[in-house]
Amino acid sequence: MPGSDKPLLAHLLRRAGFGATFQELERYSQLGYEATVDQLLHPEDQPSIEEDVLERYYIDWKESRNIEGALTESVYRMNAYAGGRPLQEKIALFWHQVFATGLAKVLHEKTMLNQIDLFRQHGLGSFRDLLLHLAKDPAMIFWLDNNFNHKDAPNENWGRELLELFSMGVGMDGQENYTEDDVKNAARAFTGWTIDDDNVASIPFGKTPWLFRYVPEDHDEDEKTFMSQTGNFNGEDIIDIVVQQPATARFLSRHLYNFFVADEPQVPAWQHTPPGDPEAVKILEDEYFRSGYDIRSMLNVLFKSDFFKSDQARFAKVKSPAEVVVGTLHLLGDFKFPKRGIFEVALGCRYMGQDLLNPPSVEGWHTGEEWIDSGSLVERVNFVADQVSDIQQPGVRSMVETLLDRTAELDPITVIDGCLELLGHVRLHDKNKDHLAGEIRSMLEQRGGLVAGSPEDRQLAEKTVLHTMKMIGSSREYQFC
Amino acid sequence: MTSTNKDPILVVVQLTGGNDYINTVIPYQDPLYYDSRKTVGVAQDEVLPINDELAFNPALSAVKDLYDQGKVAVINGIGYPNPNRSHFRSMDIWHTCEPEKVGTEGWLGRAIRDLDPKAENVLTGVNFGRGLPRAMALTGVPVASVAVLESYGVLTGISEEQERIKALDLFSRMYSPIVGTGHVMDYLGSTGLDALKGADILKTVPAHYQSNVEYADTTIGRNLQGIAKVLTADLGTRVFYTQQPGYDTHANQGPVHGVLLEHLSQAIDDFYADLREHDASDNVLIYLFTEFGRRVKDNGSGTDHGAGGLAMAIGDPVKGGIYSAFPSMREENLEEGDLKYNIDFRGVYGTVAERWLGLDANPIVGGNFEQLDFV
Repeated sequence: MPGSDKPLLAHLLRRAGFGATFQELERYSQLGYEATVDQLLHPEDQPSIEEDVLERYYIDWKESRNIEGALTESVYRMNAYAGGRPLQEKIALFWHQVFATGLAKVLHEKTMLNQIDLFRQHGLGSFRDLLLHLAKDPAMIFWLDNNFNHKDAPNENWGRELLELFSMGVGMDGQENYTEDDVKNAARAFTGWTIDDDNVASIPFGKTPWLFRYVPEDHDEDEKTFMSQTGNFNGEDIIDIVVQQPATARFLSRHLYNFFVADEPQVPAWQHTPPGDPEAVKILEDEYFRSGYDIRSMLNVLFKSDFFKSDQARFAKVKSPAEVVVGTLHLLGDFKFPKRGIFEVALGCRYMGQDLLNPPSVEGWHTGEEWIDSGSLVERVNFVADQVSDIQQPGVRSMVETLLDRTAELDPITVIDGCLELLGHVRLHDKNKDHLAGEIRSMLEQRGGLVAGSPEDRQLAEKTVLHTMKMIGSSREYQFC
Repeated sequence: MTSTNKDPILVVVQLTGGNDYINTVIPYQDPLYYDSRKTVGVAQDEVLPINDELAFNPALSAVKDLYDQGKVAVINGIGYPNPNRSHFRSMDIWHTCEPEKVGTEGWLGRAIRDLDPKAENVLTGVNFGRGLPRAMALTGVPVASVAVLESYGVLTGISEEQERIKALDLFSRMYSPIVGTGHVMDYLGSTGLDALKGADILKTVPAHYQSNVEYADTTIGRNLQGIAKVLTADLGTRVFYTQQPGYDTHANQGPVHGVLLEHLSQAIDDFYADLREHDASDNVLIYLFTEFGRRVKDNGSGTDHGAGGLAMAIGDPVKGGIYSAFPSMREENLEEGDLKYNIDFRGVYGTVAERWLGLDANPIVGGNFEQLDFV
């Protein structure tokens, strides 16, 4: 349905992507809501960024990368794709938060970034395939020590986290989902799943990415009992059993709900705390089984559901630091090509408490309101306030000019409503609007509200608009998406 | 301890990832240790003996010196019933004192509330690092979380002073409570206002700090130096917190663990020297803990998640020595391959809360638990 509701589309793009500029919202609105969802769910049909051009200009950007370089590349890509393939990046971010793997231990940027690529490529496909890819992912193998999981000396790390953090979760509805024996047997089934040692030499050829290798002679061929089934299981069998569990449907649905719809309690509470909206989670669980574990199908149902579109779901989530940083960069319309300054803005994620590619532990970050403390809030406020009021940024300039071109004489409400709309249909509480309007009024009285007058008038009007953007950007409402 | 009219101050250092207890305080005379630790065991002739039974890891030489001066309490076999081997969950248990259900209130949050019931000082609790640890989280209790002391403040991008004053005034109005907007919005509001207050005070700190101590350039060193700056500025902070990550040594434990302990030991030494230089060491107690120890048997490269851990209290007010028995490593005394704890961590927190901070321990740690005499 062309011309559809822009605030709803803005909500969709904040969740399925990193927000939308007013020009993009115009386009999506012509397309209509359902067609927009369909387009978002198929990022592979949209143009890619020009990798070959990037590599021509930055020949060794992948050679000299360190941990901050890898973080910067991730932020760069999220921003570069935020216009054309936002969900490709958003789903990669989602899986990175769930399958939290970190460079603090992996210490191999290419291998780590290959894992993120895996999420880009398979993050919207079958959950079974994704888990299988994950089990063979060299960064994950090293992160959870499966290269030390031997036939005669099992290492439980991967076996445990596969169940606890990546598929079933410890428990649901007050029950335990599996036993310690299930952990041990899962670990045994993954013995021999390791990385290719021949491939780790970094001298003299640079860091070549690690590869997966299966070593049959190191695989435990004895019988294993896992989730009440007995057999000579290998890793693939464990994953096949895992994906059939109702607990897995619940765990994944809850994660999707938590990430895309509304903040849930922290993951460790899920065993004893039911979902905030059990019906919505049930709808996703049903779609999980109906579609044969297909994540794209689950998201299709999610984005087109009433619970997602409802007013209750709007601004019901505290933005993650990546959402703050990339969402703001996307508005600025800058850094489409890497250039000076991208490094500093990318580090904003770290300062706000989300050091991408370096989570605090395998259990990832505490999310929702737990993103916020006085330290991280200060970082957020300063980052957004500085960026959205920088007239040098093409996106900011175009917002300001669009607003000024619409009207000959400014009044506080025109300025505020205009800024809220152009920043992506964000909201301010009426009381805060009043506070802000008071300030704008006094600025306009001092400086005059004429736009169409002399160049000086226009410049003063511009300043007023920029200050309004700055204060909206520093509001607590802006921290929600 | 020396009599003092200064308020007692607690500095908590969290060793994140599960510090390997028996490679930190090593039962160097026990053949069972060397049987179990074929790969990661520390050789008998390298350890720093404390007594006939136990020795410090060689990387802890500075801590050993403090121990010899009677300023370190080694608390053996600390844990809780039905140990949880998940980092997140076990750390939550240590932070909230809730081994049964998932708690959201931190024990230090409760301690800070009791120290400053009307929340008159937004700096009663100060964390150095990214993000607030759950141990300090409690609704209504402001805690400043400082990444970098030197650049702490709101709307620092506005350079013109009058303009910034007006903007900060508007900011504070826009963060004031609005009825009916929900607890997350309220929480952001009060956090913003607290940050505003805290920043005003903290911005004065770096200029006043002077010290002859040069800290080793490590993350834990920088964070403890930040704590020293705020502590010596006498802003009324009673509880400091910071952490040192990286202790999840499933693999390649040998070199990794040694470096971590060395950074820690050096940073504590620098911090202590700094406090002494400022005549501020007599009212500071440093408390170190981790979420769990590691399995007794190594896995051929590192050690897996275990139970039964180690805590230490360090400082002038501490009665140095060994507290609580080192748990038996005999097969029949292990629980699922792990050391059995013999002192409940809530008793040790209780000791700190009651005997050091002068608070009623029961509501802070959720019950009455055996306390120790290290303070």
